[in-house]
Amino acid sequence: MAPAIQAENLVKTFGDVRALDGVSLDVPEGTVLGLLGPNGAGKTTTVRVLTTLLQPDSGSAQVAGVDVLKHPNKVRSLIGLSGQFAAVDEYLTGRENLQMVGELYQMSSRDAKARALELLEWFNLADAADRTAKTYSGGMRRRLDLAAALVVRPPVMFMDEPTTGLDPRNRLALWEVIESLVEQGTTLLLTTQYLEEADRLAHDIAVVDHGKVIARGTADELKAQIGGERIEVVVHRPDLVAEALAALTPYAKGDPAVEKNTRRITVPISGGAKVLADVIRELDARSIEIDDIGLRRPTLDDVFLSLTGHATAAEDENGEDGSAERKGRRAKGKDA
Amino acid sequence: MTTTASTSAQGAIGRSPVTPRSGVAAVLHDSWVVAKRNLRRMTRIPEIVVFGLMQPVMFVLLFSYVMGGAIQIPGTTASSDAYTQFLMAGIFAQTVTFAVAGASAGIAEDMTKGLVDRFRALPMARAAVLTGRTFADLVQTAFTLVVLALVALLVGWRIHEGVLSALGAFALLLLLGYAFSWIGALIGLSVRSPEAATSAGLIWLFPLTFISNAFVPISSMPGWLQPIAYWNPFSATVQACRNLFGNQVGPVDPAWPMQHAVVVSIGWSIVITAVFSWLSVRKYRRAAG
Repeated sequence: MAPAIQAENLVKTFGDVRALDGVSLDVPEGTVLGLLGPNGAGKTTTVRVLTTLLQPDSGSAQVAGVDVLKHPNKVRSLIGLSGQFAAVDEYLTGRENLQMVGELYQMSSRDAKARALELLEWFNLADAADRTAKTYSGGMRRRLDLAAALVVRPPVMFMDEPTTGLDPRNRLALWEVIESLVEQGTTLLLTTQYLEEADRLAHDIAVVDHGKVIARGTADELKAQIGGERIEVVVHRPDLVAEALAALTPYAKGDPAVEKNTRRITVPISGGAKVLADVIRELDARSIEIDDIGLRRPTLDDVFLSLTGHATAAEDENGEDGSAERKGRRAKGKDA
Repeated sequence: MTTTASTSAQGAIGRSPVTPRSGVAAVLHDSWVVAKRNLRRMTRIPEIVVFGLMQPVMFVLLFSYVMGGAIQIPGTTASSDAYTQFLMAGIFAQTVTFAVAGASAGIAEDMTKGLVDRFRALPMARAAVLTGRTFADLVQTAFTLVVLALVALLVGWRIHEGVLSALGAFALLLLLGYAFSWIGALIGLSVRSPEAATSAGLIWLFPLTFISNAFVPISSMPGWLQPIAYWNPFSATVQACRNLFGNQVGPVDPAWPMQHAVVVSIGWSIVITAVFSWLSVRKYRRAAG
């Protein structure tokens, strides 16, 4: 079957920044591709090219079999876009927002009205339908924005960091909506900085960094790619980190990761529980006081770290936002 | 949100994507949808309309009561009544040009809030976001003019050439306002912060409206400034309105644009609309994030 989304060798530069440096990807119909990467990696730029908002310098793309560069308006009638910043008119009511979008999708005003009502009910916004969006909470706005993207039941959806800034309850609720959409056959390209989100929602993950896809596969494949288990130790005092690291190094099968502020050391090992027991004895012998220790399988965080040499979301969260990416600036990878 | 999810997403409405309208019908339809949206916003933020009114009303009162007694119009004796008659066309014209600020701030706000992205990803006529905006501004301008005309009547302004002529004058004013809202659209697309758009939209209006015949006769200006003032699109409209309202006192200034004010006014409005709508739509299409 032809892929619902296909991009080949997309290049886009802003000034001297190569925001996209040859991005290629394909998303088979009815599946979810998670585009994972730190801020400034090129995720938003990729989405903007595929949704006709941005012309690439070179490369080609098809959405639902239609050429994005040659027939942008045709593509627009086949896609739904839900952005990083809830793009609803805050001075219109929820109902008016959805009706307007319906009418601009060229529905008759009667259909637009009926569809708006249907969506408001589905997204639990019926009670707030006639209040201006200004009075909505963050979660409600995000739901309204997603509803706006679903007005025509587009076969292909793009979601740019759909849950960034949402509290856990709203995030979970939105995930459930997304899952039900996919169940019904929607093809979805989703960008996220949250590994957990990609792990849960995406069939396939493309890791993007510096405008390139640097790895591609299912979450399990990516985890297997870097392999092995890890020992995670949290020492009791910051000054113990260095010594604990020295104690762990003989067991390490790869580069250890150190998070100074949480006093956490993660070391790839092989040998499982026996090695864990050895490590505990070793730390005990050196009188290194620990708060926590455990054996765990690699997470996508580890995958990301090992692929890019820097971590993803968490510590960047308060920093640069998507507008930085638009302006072509690049968030500097913070080494862990 | 989750309980009804599986059923309602399958509803029957709007099942298949609709084929886009084409050509002029699409532009008109989509412009109207966007205009409706902008007009609704105005009713939700009445402050914008109210403050848009206060400034010209204040000008009417200040100019006619404070300065009216001191500024003498050729062919009259200095009196606040003669000045009020002279002044009003200028205030009307200045008011319509402030549509620039509304358009530029509104469009800049849509750009920063991501709404323009929403619109640009929809299968709608490209120009409609801008034509819808400028049309809504035109409606607001018309409303402002009505209120302002009532205030002007209260302070003693009168028309002397009949209602039809007066309506013609208001039509010229609206045309100028519409032209200027396209300048505002271009500014709004260029600056991308609503605050910058407001000041960028207003700052140049002061020299434009003051280097004109709006508040003082051009013949009283230094010689090098006079040609600029005569050819100012704003002056032609003011002169045309004075003629049509019957507010012209004494002979019309012999300068060519003043003698052919109606034609020059219409010509300027058409040229400005054509040039700035072309530039704005082009800029909007390219507005890459």
